[in-house]
Amino acid sequence: MFTFIVRRIIQTIPVLIGVTILTFSMMHLIPGDPAQIIAGESASPEQIELMRERLGLNDPLPVQYFDYIRGVVTGDLGNSIRSGRAVSSEVFLRLRPTIELAVYSTILSVFIGLIAGVFAAVRRGGLSDSLVMIVALFGLSLPNFWLGLMLIQYLAIGIDIFGINTGWFAASGWGTWQQQVLPVLTLGTAGAAIIARMTRSSMLEVIDQDYIRTARAKGVKERVVIYRHALKNALIPVVTVVGLQFGTLLGGAVLTETVFAINGLGRLIVDSIRARDFPIVQGGVLIFALLFVFVNIAVDVIYRLLNKRIDLN
Amino acid sequence: MREEVNTGAVISKTAPNPTVVKLTNLWKKLIKNKSAVIGGIMILLFILIAFIGPHFTPFSPNAQNTVNRLATPSAEHWFGTDHLGRDIFSRIIHGMSITLYVGFFSVLIGTTIGVVLGIISGYYGGKVDTIIMRLMDILLAFPGILLALAIVSVLGSSTENLIIAVGIFSIPVFARIVRGSTLAVRKLEYIDAIKALGANDARIIFLHILPNVTSPIIVQATLSIATSILTASGLSFIGMGAQPPTPEWGAMLSDGRNYMWDAPHVATIPGLAIVVVVLAFNLFGDGLRDALDPKMKN
Amino acid sequence: MAETTDILVEEPILEVRNLQTSFFTKEFEVKAVDGVNFAVPKGKTLGIVGESGSGKSITSLSILRLIKNPGKIKGGEIIFKGENLLDKTESQMRQIRGNEISMIFQEPMTSLNPVYTVGQQISEAFIIHQNMSKKEAMLRSVEMLELVGIPSPKQRVKQYPHELSGGMRQRVMIAMALACDPELLIADEPTTALDVTIQAQILELMEDLQDRLGMSTIMITHDLGVVAETCDYVAVMYMGKVVEYATVKDLFKNPKHPYTVGLLNSLPRHDIDLGEEDLTVIQGSVPAPDQIPEGCRFAPRCPFASDICHERLPHLEQSEDGNQIRCWIYTDEWDGDPEVNVNGERTS
Repeated sequence: MFTFIVRRIIQTIPVLIGVTILTFSMMHLIPGDPAQIIAGESASPEQIELMRERLGLNDPLPVQYFDYIRGVVTGDLGNSIRSGRAVSSEVFLRLRPTIELAVYSTILSVFIGLIAGVFAAVRRGGLSDSLVMIVALFGLSLPNFWLGLMLIQYLAIGIDIFGINTGWFAASGWGTWQQQVLPVLTLGTAGAAIIARMTRSSMLEVIDQDYIRTARAKGVKERVVIYRHALKNALIPVVTVVGLQFGTLLGGAVLTETVFAINGLGRLIVDSIRARDFPIVQGGVLIFALLFVFVNIAVDVIYRLLNKRIDLN
Repeated sequence: MREEVNTGAVISKTAPNPTVVKLTNLWKKLIKNKSAVIGGIMILLFILIAFIGPHFTPFSPNAQNTVNRLATPSAEHWFGTDHLGRDIFSRIIHGMSITLYVGFFSVLIGTTIGVVLGIISGYYGGKVDTIIMRLMDILLAFPGILLALAIVSVLGSSTENLIIAVGIFSIPVFARIVRGSTLAVRKLEYIDAIKALGANDARIIFLHILPNVTSPIIVQATLSIATSILTASGLSFIGMGAQPPTPEWGAMLSDGRNYMWDAPHVATIPGLAIVVVVLAFNLFGDGLRDALDPKMKN
Repeated sequence: MAETTDILVEEPILEVRNLQTSFFTKEFEVKAVDGVNFAVPKGKTLGIVGESGSGKSITSLSILRLIKNPGKIKGGEIIFKGENLLDKTESQMRQIRGNEISMIFQEPMTSLNPVYTVGQQISEAFIIHQNMSKKEAMLRSVEMLELVGIPSPKQRVKQYPHELSGGMRQRVMIAMALACDPELLIADEPTTALDVTIQAQILELMEDLQDRLGMSTIMITHDLGVVAETCDYVAVMYMGKVVEYATVKDLFKNPKHPYTVGLLNSLPRHDIDLGEEDLTVIQGSVPAPDQIPEGCRFAPRCPFASDICHERLPHLEQSEDGNQIRCWIYTDEWDGDPEVNVNGERTS
């Protein structure tokens, strides 16, 4: 397993190089002169030239790229135009709410998705099956930023039902559980829908397998057949979806954080794009990608552990 | 001329071409599939609205009326008015074509590039395959909406750039699916038989591989339109897509969120519009998949 | 002829009476098992033979009541040790499955759960039916693997199915089936998916275990060679019905039903030198399930069929030697050539 992890990390190196090339190019592809942008609108030609020299923009591109890589490896991602502080510290300061949000939402979506998926699969073709699948299809079709606004409307601002105000939760921020419930629901819904659909179809496939018949012929209780024999097999493809889902959730955090005014990395990137603070955008996007790449490695490892059929060689 | 060999006739002699679904068959299956029928009718209706709706709206989508701001739905303004007194119903109708336009064209970009890359990758294999698939891995390394966001941040915010960004965002899915199908088809015996008869690569790709990968492409394209509409409206919502005063639904929602206390309908209605359209494409895509892919029955 | 040729003389452990199992599609009903009768005498082996689609596997699944939607057992009786299994509740059935009646399936490659070790899967039978602790069950599992001739069972018990060969997996299936010392073992084509050399080993193992453990067996197969080697009695099935039911000796010496004769003729024989050209096959193929012939199911393919065969379905009737046969030729109502010699085909 250890060699597998090492090899898997080595395999990601080309991807990591590609990701850094892309984020590196972002700076050069934006319309206008980066030195001008960073030095500011009112900078004199001398100041811009100085900035150009300081940023190494006069060097050939490969040199600039290697400088950039050196910076990435040593944690030097440049400085924010707005605050002048190091990008790395700005970004890491904002990382925690984003990761928490994504992790909680993933847990929620896995929890709901698995239960709903198994429930529907066991009742294949029945009314409750159709109902769960229709709800899941809706969940899949909701724009999460809108869902967030609606949750704020009905569960934070609240409405009066029989004299009870439903404004139980906070509409913004991240810290207390009242602040966390709605964003997690917002971000987790689509994931829950996807996982429910995946779990259902995976369960249906597994339930028809010969080894399920073997278990029944052994006299195993139906409940045990479903949860011990079928679900463990059905989980294998679901794990991959959960991994991809975590990435989608990380990205979706950008919108959710905007809706709930959470000071996370996603919102930082959006604000920085608006303020044309490109070093922050560049650094934030890179961190997001790195995070996702490593989550993918973790998912592969879990997949490996679950699926004993894959030969370790 | 080697080209004169009729490779089409070989199929029937060597092996049945297993994955091509006959159009009449497909139609019969689609008609039987509830979600395909409902989704399909909804989509047709939306296309109709997008084309002729703007001619029949009661108000101009950008006509402001500062006296009648944030009005709740009434006989005159079916969906109420927004913070500038514009008629939301008219804006929704005008926004339909923008939504479909963004959805269709971004997926068209994604499909075209994705299919070409996927076929090249799957058909030629080897180094080309490795390079293309690594490129796709790199694109996929940017989680979710972030890739599109990064592209828009570089290109600048506009509806056209939004389409390009969302289009690039959906390339890898197509490339992977098409590569997989191409690999599967290439392994079939009849491809070897055709090759032995002297068909060149272009002929094999266009006459034999492409028809075989059409079904998964159509299914994925339909589902991708749904995702693309969601992504695009999300980007517009944070101000990275269509710019005001375009009646784009995501942007309308963004305007409306500032008035949640007083006039929740301003944000609610554009969101509902997005849900209904996305739902239609998801329904149709699900139905198509059931009809085209016998594996997914039940 | 002095020894037990009459099947019903022996005390049966299992008796199937008029079993009917159907599968329902939107348009029509497929009668997979259509009024099947047979008995399995205690300690003996009954072979059920037939082509694929004859209903033999469905019969076996019906006995354990493992028929899934859209299939349904419509009627009949399955008497096991004097009690009708069709009257049992689902939880009573679970007590019987894997405990008193066990089953081995055709595909050892897919019949074991890929995510559990071999030991865990055998243990489960002990844990369910004998209330053993996990530890005890694992120890017993090692013994079971030893019993079915798997070398170094202590190591094997910790392995996953994908680490074993097909033959090994089938041995594991047998170990699992025999764990709780069942009185009846149903083996559904246990060797079909295996290499020829492995087939012989598995059959030998099964016979040996039957001798040692004294259980009764139903051997479901399409291979008459397997029947000759392992069975005491045979029921030949065709399109959901038993067409001939006899002792193995009688069936091979004096087959009566034209279908049985056809099956035997399509078998390469080592005892009689027929020469290659005499190896015949049955004409035509099994009709589609929605095109069941009105009269005798086999009539359209039968070389002897006369008018009555196409019009009316014959009954399964007992002949003088105690065997049973479903064919008009052996009845008084026979309207075809009175001199017909079904077996004549074979040697002439």
